Amino acid sequence: MTRAEEEVATQEKKTLGFWIYLMTDCVLFAALFATFAVLRNGTAGGPGGAELFDMPFVLVETIILLTSSFTIGLALLASVRGLKKQTLGWLFVTFGLGVTFLGMELYEFMVLIGEGHGPQQSAFLSSYFTLVATHGIHIAIGLLWMAVVMVRLWRRNFKKTDINRLALLGLFWHFLDIIWIFIFSFVYLIGGMA
Amino acid sequence: MSPKLDHHHSPVKYISYIVGYVVSIATTLLAYFFVVNKVWPKEALIFVVMGIAVVQLLVQLVFFLHLGRGNRWKVATFAFALLVVLIVVVGSLWIMHHLDYNMMNMSPDQMTQYMNENEGI
Repeated sequence: MTRAEEEVATQEKKTLGFWIYLMTDCVLFAALFATFAVLRNGTAGGPGGAELFDMPFVLVETIILLTSSFTIGLALLASVRGLKKQTLGWLFVTFGLGVTFLGMELYEFMVLIGEGHGPQQSAFLSSYFTLVATHGIHIAIGLLWMAVVMVRLWRRNFKKTDINRLALLGLFWHFLDIIWIFIFSFVYLIGGMA
Repeated sequence: MSPKLDHHHSPVKYISYIVGYVVSIATTLLAYFFVVNKVWPKEALIFVVMGIAVVQLLVQLVFFLHLGRGNRWKVATFAFALLVVLIVVVGSLWIMHHLDYNMMNMSPDQMTQYMNENEGI
């Protein structure tokens, strides 16, 4: 094998390894979704989803995350074509959208806890906070990773290894987007029905 | 890079991301619109929202994650993960629903008594 072919083969192995990690993460979220589904009516006399969820707010959150998934795709395409400025630009937009999403989620949690509807109030809220916050922690880790990739791409002369890392980050980000779609559909839309 | 390798790694097009993005946004808004305006009764709405979520999953898998491109093991591991996910979610709901159903209309005290008498606990 030539050097270039070897690099392609190595990257393919890394992608598969990372993909398998994502699949195990799917199982983690499945357990949390199942817990939420079982405990969704266990409100202990407190308010349920219909009273607590601010639907327009959550819709905006969803659209922001969907858009960030799109912009990281654009960054990925630009990086493969060797366009440094465009890659960093789209990554910056993605980072901003991700921070906005995380900020909105934290604000939502603070409002709920401030009104006395924290995770300790009922089984429904415990499972809700566990599921949504686990996704939020993933987003926070993804943002940290994105910051590292951005600095490396910017300072280290746009190396092939860093572009390959960006491809894995893209997989991670799209995966979190899919998890959020299910949180939006099952927790907020279905869980928020009166 | 040899032409053979190139065949499996043909560059992903912009159009793939644009289509994925537009369809994702459209389906999200559609599901939101149906639920907020209560277009159908609750039971029907639940199935519609679940259906739309599955459509979005497929759209994102194809247009964003490009499942089916590259290594075939990706599809195999995905299929297995899907199986585990379904067992965990459907299994939990099934078992807990039956427990709930059979214990219906009992107060916690009655349930304790019932379990003492009949379950040997």
